[in-house]
Amino acid sequence: MTVPELELKANDIRQDIIRMLEEAGSGHSAGPLGLTDIFTALYFDVMNYDSQNPNWDKRDILLLSNGHCVPVQYATMAHAGFFDRKELRTLRKFGSRLQGHPERTKLPGLENTSGPLGCGLSQASGMALAMRMDKQHHRWIYVVLSDGELNEGNVWEAAMLASKYKLNNIIGIIDRNNIQIDGPTESVMPLEDLSAKWESFGWHVIEIDGNNIEAVIDAYAMARAIVEKPVMIIAHTVPGKGVDFMEYDFHWHGMPPDLEQAKLALKELRTLKGKIKSEADE
Amino acid sequence: MTAMHLVDLNSELKTEPIRKGFGRGLKKAGELDINVVAACADLTDSTQMSLFKEAFPDRFIEIGVAEQNLVTVGSGLAAMGKIPFVSSYAAFSPGRNWEQIRTTICLNNRPVKIIGSHAGISVGPDGATHQMLEDLAIMRSLPNMVVLAPGDSVEAEKMTLAMAKDKQPNYMRLAREATPVFTTADTPFEIGKAYMLREGHDLTIIATGTMTYQALAAAEKLIKDGIVAEVIHVPTIKPLDKEVILKSIRKTRAVVTAEEAQIIGGLGGAISELLGEVHPTIIHRVGIKDRFGESGTPQELLEHFGLTAKHIAMAAHAVISKRV
Repeated sequence: MTVPELELKANDIRQDIIRMLEEAGSGHSAGPLGLTDIFTALYFDVMNYDSQNPNWDKRDILLLSNGHCVPVQYATMAHAGFFDRKELRTLRKFGSRLQGHPERTKLPGLENTSGPLGCGLSQASGMALAMRMDKQHHRWIYVVLSDGELNEGNVWEAAMLASKYKLNNIIGIIDRNNIQIDGPTESVMPLEDLSAKWESFGWHVIEIDGNNIEAVIDAYAMARAIVEKPVMIIAHTVPGKGVDFMEYDFHWHGMPPDLEQAKLALKELRTLKGKIKSEADE
Repeated sequence: MTAMHLVDLNSELKTEPIRKGFGRGLKKAGELDINVVAACADLTDSTQMSLFKEAFPDRFIEIGVAEQNLVTVGSGLAAMGKIPFVSSYAAFSPGRNWEQIRTTICLNNRPVKIIGSHAGISVGPDGATHQMLEDLAIMRSLPNMVVLAPGDSVEAEKMTLAMAKDKQPNYMRLAREATPVFTTADTPFEIGKAYMLREGHDLTIIATGTMTYQALAAAEKLIKDGIVAEVIHVPTIKPLDKEVILKSIRKTRAVVTAEEAQIIGGLGGAISELLGEVHPTIIHRVGIKDRFGESGTPQELLEHFGLTAKHIAMAAHAVISKRV
């Protein structure tokens, strides 16, 4: 896909996120919308996988460490052919494979069970160590973390281990949207100087605009070329990206839109705030 | 009754820390299966992982003092088809990292083998912080988790080999001090089975871990009082072998449980739950009674907290007197 095609895909995925969350009546809005460009890049450009054979033994691994953002993963997986988009409407409902937080054993294509924060990098480290023992080179492990998640000590335990063993097939990406449930990250528990923190733990750091798909793809390409250490991409994103009344507002961290808000959000997304025409408006 | 091939209890018994059996078993498991790997949180010698580390340095991971990372790295190793044994002191793992075990191992259903060494009051002089007494309770409450406590070092070795073949998450508790070796290479062991070590008719003593030997010694003492006790060893606390236990209790109608752990939620808790629902029976639980430990020699502490053969025998008299 070309970058403009990926941008349109991201826009479709955002609309599905809004529909899913409205239908579910609970869940997180800001994070999934902010992460959509990253997930679109991962599933439609960066990662090596087979949606018809999710357990293919040469696939790359994607670990969503901040499980509460799973609506963006479900929506992107549906677009990537793992399951029918109709199933997205079952999010958070009884009997659904799309649990409120991701459960590996419920849905083929998920690589971990998460929700409680701070565990993704540790699991990635275990996987990378196993791959090294088995001499499975050329498999990448992509980990998505949130910035609020970095409050967890477990993250830094893993950061030390991955650095110690030079686990260079781990590429983390932090959704640096500066919000968490109780407010801005820098007032809840300051994270800056975030780049210096990761560098001092022995990681190569790349900082990008995480809502620019081309920048995301370039950063992953760069990360794969760094061989001497694990890489952390700090992706600056706009929480609630694409929907004016959600952008930058921490209140939308853990809240879904109601029906009226969803209609408004979908209209904005269809037109990219008036910038483009989508099929629905033609 | 299955032949148990125990050591003659009236002979001079060899003593050895249970954790030594784990160390030998892990090395053997590593020889049998290349996928067996090990990780430790800065306690490689004390948890006896050093034998494995020396034999298979490329399959050993030093995690450092980071128990949350220890078990989550284990989850990642298992995701790639490895059979990871992860060890620390029980007070730290599963003491500190219960949520990671719950989410990334049990709910995620990855067959990580968690080894909690230095469990129980007999840890001794290190004191209450290091005497893990709640591990059986917190591990038993987790769906998918198998909970194990070997009775001696010989059984620990067999248990470790069985764990390497088991497809579920496992927790095994180990003890620090040397304790009597009463089983032999021929004594049977399977995960999920309880074993009748001694037949009787006056009461059933059900014990696990280091307390099984004490239960056998108590049964010997009780003979002198004219009481013939049945002794059941429960190396698998979860899933519980209900059949063997209920068969005995239907006969004796009086039960004493014995464990070096809190009676809340441990073996005594498990047996009480079973009996309360299926066959209400008078029960006395020998174990730690909702308190923390303290510093002292192992023997002083076992005596002070009521965890010796003598205390089991006293409990036996008490249940028999209350039997309806």
